[in-house]
Amino acid sequence: MNLSLSCKPPLRALLVAAGLACAAFLPAAYAATPAEMLAGYTAQAGAPAVPARGQQLFTSRHGGEWSCASCHGAVPTRTEKHASTGKSIAPLAPGFSPERFTDVAKTEKWFRRNCNDVMKRECSAAEKADVLSWLMTLKP
Amino acid sequence: MSFQLHSTVHQVLFGLLAAIGISHTAQADGDKRMVPLLPKYKQECAACHVAYPPGMLPAPSWKRVMTNLPQHYGTDASLDPAAVNELGTWLNANAGTYKRVREEPPQDRITRSAWFIRKHDEVSAATWKLPAVKSAANCAACHTRADKGDFDDDNIRIPK
Repeated sequence: MNLSLSCKPPLRALLVAAGLACAAFLPAAYAATPAEMLAGYTAQAGAPAVPARGQQLFTSRHGGEWSCASCHGAVPTRTEKHASTGKSIAPLAPGFSPERFTDVAKTEKWFRRNCNDVMKRECSAAEKADVLSWLMTLKP
Repeated sequence: MSFQLHSTVHQVLFGLLAAIGISHTAQADGDKRMVPLLPKYKQECAACHVAYPPGMLPAPSWKRVMTNLPQHYGTDASLDPAAVNELGTWLNANAGTYKRVREEPPQDRITRSAWFIRKHDEVSAATWKLPAVKSAANCAACHTRADKGDFDDDNIRIPK
């Protein structure tokens, strides 16, 4: 966010305030840490995350052809391969791939797509919280 | 005087021909003059598979691909409308226009184009099934520089 601070002080303060207010309503396309993202999901869910539930969700096929694990591995700490294309997929666990879960828009996009692929619906905030909390328990 | 004119005209024509020859991006294989890939294309369209050179499909095929992203060859590859627009525009501008690519292949699959099948007719059925290959869509399994858009014969290594 680029704020021009070359205006007169009262105007500048107004601009800063307006900018901050706008930031609150920015589309979720900003950088974060996994912990911040988890906090966001648990806040939306209104309940604490349960890592064990997240692992279950991740490894189940939910009555379909694929599970999350089909492409990411049952314990996503290694480079895996896409189930159809063979393309290599970096480890999903943030402890093994530092760039994971640091871009809200990217994370939301992949949750939308992949939950649809696996579960034929979007994941709820609680489910995202569970999965992320489990992934964060995986340390090198 | 007329001799001079012819010479100049010939020079100009030759120059034009050379310029056209150099700038005409013909086949995708062995052609080092690749269309540079839009960074957003690499970012959004090469997460699951290699970034297919836009010249490998005609514009109507790309249009259908971009319209059907939520049902993208068995998976949900949906994108926000702005991204769909930007990528669609770029694909349309860089789609294949060379004769063999004018065909819209079945299901808009590059691997079902007549030219693709012809190019790969020496690859055995067993090779396609190798775990290291898995699918004809997995160009990089054998084309070691597919990620750079280089499908030159010199850079092929078929796994065992």
